[in-house]
Amino acid sequence: MDATFRMDDLDRRLVLATQAGLPLEPRPYWVLGQQLGMEEAEVRQRLGRLLEAGAIRRIGAVPNHYAIGYTANGMSVWQIDPTVIDAVGERVGGLAAVTHCYRRPDHPPSWPYNLFAMVHGKSREEVVAEVARIAALVAAEFPGALGARDILFSTRILKKTGLRIGG
Amino acid sequence: MADAGNARTARRAALAPAREPDELDRRIINALQGDFPLSPEPYAEAAAQLGIGEAELLARLQSLLDDRILTRFGPMFQIERLGGAFCLAAMAVPEDEFERVAEQVNALPQVAHNYAREHAFNMWFVLATETPEGIDAAVQAIETATGYPVYPFPKEKEYFVEMKLQA
Repeated sequence: MDATFRMDDLDRRLVLATQAGLPLEPRPYWVLGQQLGMEEAEVRQRLGRLLEAGAIRRIGAVPNHYAIGYTANGMSVWQIDPTVIDAVGERVGGLAAVTHCYRRPDHPPSWPYNLFAMVHGKSREEVVAEVARIAALVAAEFPGALGARDILFSTRILKKTGLRIGG
Repeated sequence: MADAGNARTARRAALAPAREPDELDRRIINALQGDFPLSPEPYAEAAAQLGIGEAELLARLQSLLDDRILTRFGPMFQIERLGGAFCLAAMAVPEDEFERVAEQVNALPQVAHNYAREHAFNMWFVLATETPEGIDAAVQAIETATGYPVYPFPKEKEYFVEMKLQA
């Protein structure tokens, strides 16, 4: 898949018009079309293309994790041997409890971790137990690859707007 | 610091959900985390699958948004595919400076979300900008405004990401 979807001006205006949300109207695509001077069918086609290109991951409800009971949001961080990190990342990222998994640069000595895996749970204990299971799995399948690890729990949301591009 | 304490309480109240989701709310959230129809009357179609009326679904979605159980209803963009850039960053902020720094960081429109976490690196936020240069500019703007260093953690590789949670 192309790393970058080439947006034209109308795509861009469509993104700007929908990034705060879809209109809660029976015909939301028609309403957007009225705003943007486009036919309803074109709005639907353009959104379909953005979905197909992966520029839109999905359309739907974005829950407040805390509100649906995922009060323990643990960012697990791992120091993994760089020669096997991609294999470890694929394995960890595929686990059901992990919602995001990324390789990122370390900043030694204060930050030795190069793999981040977000683990959501209904309690802190659940997250801690899940992370211990992941550590055991990595140790068993990738002997010697795992160094230090930690879990950073979030204590508050300070801001959450969703990703925006500028107008 | 009563003022800082009050401000903190008010901010938390502004972000906290106003109620617990009920059974129908949970069904709606679970059913609508993806594959929202691109048909002319998508809410009617989604409502039919849930066995409720279109007006009821629209009213529920509005209430879920008003009560902050949903943060948004609409497209979830993969901003990099739109040519934008996206970067996790962290700061280590002394406790007595935390509220001031949080306010200064949150004031930047490029800050999409911001979480307090338990660690020496206690503030973690995501920067979303239209260009990679925008990330560097935002990092510098935050360092200048707050007087504290910002540690960028750019994504080097993304492993399997699902990002759907059972409500």
